[in-house]
Amino acid sequence: MEKFGFTLLKARFIDYDANDRSIAEFIYSKEPSFRVCIECGCCAATCTTGKYTRFSLRELNILMKRGENSLVRNKIRECMLCGKCTLVCPRGVNTRNVIALAREAYRKEQDNAV
Amino acid sequence: MEDRVLVVGGGAAGMEVAGRLARSGYKVTLTEKESLTGGHIRNWFHLFPDRRDSLEVLSYLENQVDHGNITLLTSTDVEGIETRHGSFLARTADDREIEADAVVLATGFDLFRSERKEEYGYGIYDNVISSADLEIMFRKGEIRRHDGEIPQKIGFVHCVGSRDEKVGNVYCSKLCCVAAVKQAMEVREYLKDAKVFCFYMDIRMGGALYEELYRESQEKYGVNYIRGKVSEIAENINGRLIVKVEDTLAGRPLKMELDMLVLMAGMEMSEGGRKIAEYAGLKTGENRFFAPADHHFGSNRGNLRGVFYAGTCTAPMNITESISHARAAAADVIEYLSNGRR
Repeated sequence: MEKFGFTLLKARFIDYDANDRSIAEFIYSKEPSFRVCIECGCCAATCTTGKYTRFSLRELNILMKRGENSLVRNKIRECMLCGKCTLVCPRGVNTRNVIALAREAYRKEQDNAV
Repeated sequence: MEDRVLVVGGGAAGMEVAGRLARSGYKVTLTEKESLTGGHIRNWFHLFPDRRDSLEVLSYLENQVDHGNITLLTSTDVEGIETRHGSFLARTADDREIEADAVVLATGFDLFRSERKEEYGYGIYDNVISSADLEIMFRKGEIRRHDGEIPQKIGFVHCVGSRDEKVGNVYCSKLCCVAAVKQAMEVREYLKDAKVFCFYMDIRMGGALYEELYRESQEKYGVNYIRGKVSEIAENINGRLIVKVEDTLAGRPLKMELDMLVLMAGMEMSEGGRKIAEYAGLKTGENRFFAPADHHFGSNRGNLRGVFYAGTCTAPMNITESISHARAAAADVIEYLSNGRR
């Protein structure tokens, strides 16, 4: 077929029903404090990685909860695990463990796919 | 014999409940640990939502307690309450005893001491002030930096000491949001060219006319709102303050230089209330305020029969709510005493 350079854009919607939220479920089960985030952004404000790269733990957390894993899978590896986010979190979320668990979950996902 | 009621705490709630009971014929002793009644209202300038001068509310309250049935004891710190032969005996810090047939605790709240949130630099940086400090400046009619300069760029940090596990306060103090809106508007009235920014996690405008005030602050006063909890504050070499926050709606970290920063201090159970709770075995909640017997029907009662609560010793409340709560406490006391203390 002739190609005219047109393409269909993926809808901008978060397809909540179709998305796979098993990564977030896995984190909830191992680190229940993941549920109590209120998106205040304190973690991202204090984050050294976020100062130099487009890295926001707050954003990654909500994306995982919505099942938008393609935006998180590689990004979550940029964290240096310094733990400043855990120090400032007003809700007592164990943010460092959330990141460690997310990495573990994505690694498992990858292993299963192979 | 006339029934005697002891009211502990001469702020809005205590004054209102004392006045109500006195006019119903009870002999009331009203104690206040400071030398003047009026509580925190004495430190405020204008009140939300209508910007009325706090002195008007003070004079209303002073009229309430101007009654022959009320014995007012100022500079009197009640430390504990004991039951004795079906009535009560209160002990003061200077070892006086006050007898009563019923007790109303109206011990109020303490403002969160902002220096406990060390990363915000209160008591370290000269131009980080608290919401209470700003009210004093309003009353003086002069808003100045520590070096005497007039600030041109002023920030307000919401939720200082509220909704924060790191300082042990998980609850929302619920009034700081609207107080910040009011103060931001007033700053703009004093300083016509100043830029004002509020840093918030959520704007909680649940009270009567609060949302309207919030809108007015944007529409008529140009107050700017940035959604994100401030993580830390630093000072640069010029004595300007640097705020670090994530602009969560833009999804990027944001830094800003400010001339002055106001910390919206939350409300905590008062030290005086805490002492009495410990002494008398009164139950307190997770938020450390007095725990009500029932959240729907018994917010003026606790776990000790004959001891009643009025106002912010049970939860953060505004003045309107404190006064209503005090009236409800008076009704409970009257019912208790006229039913043979049951």
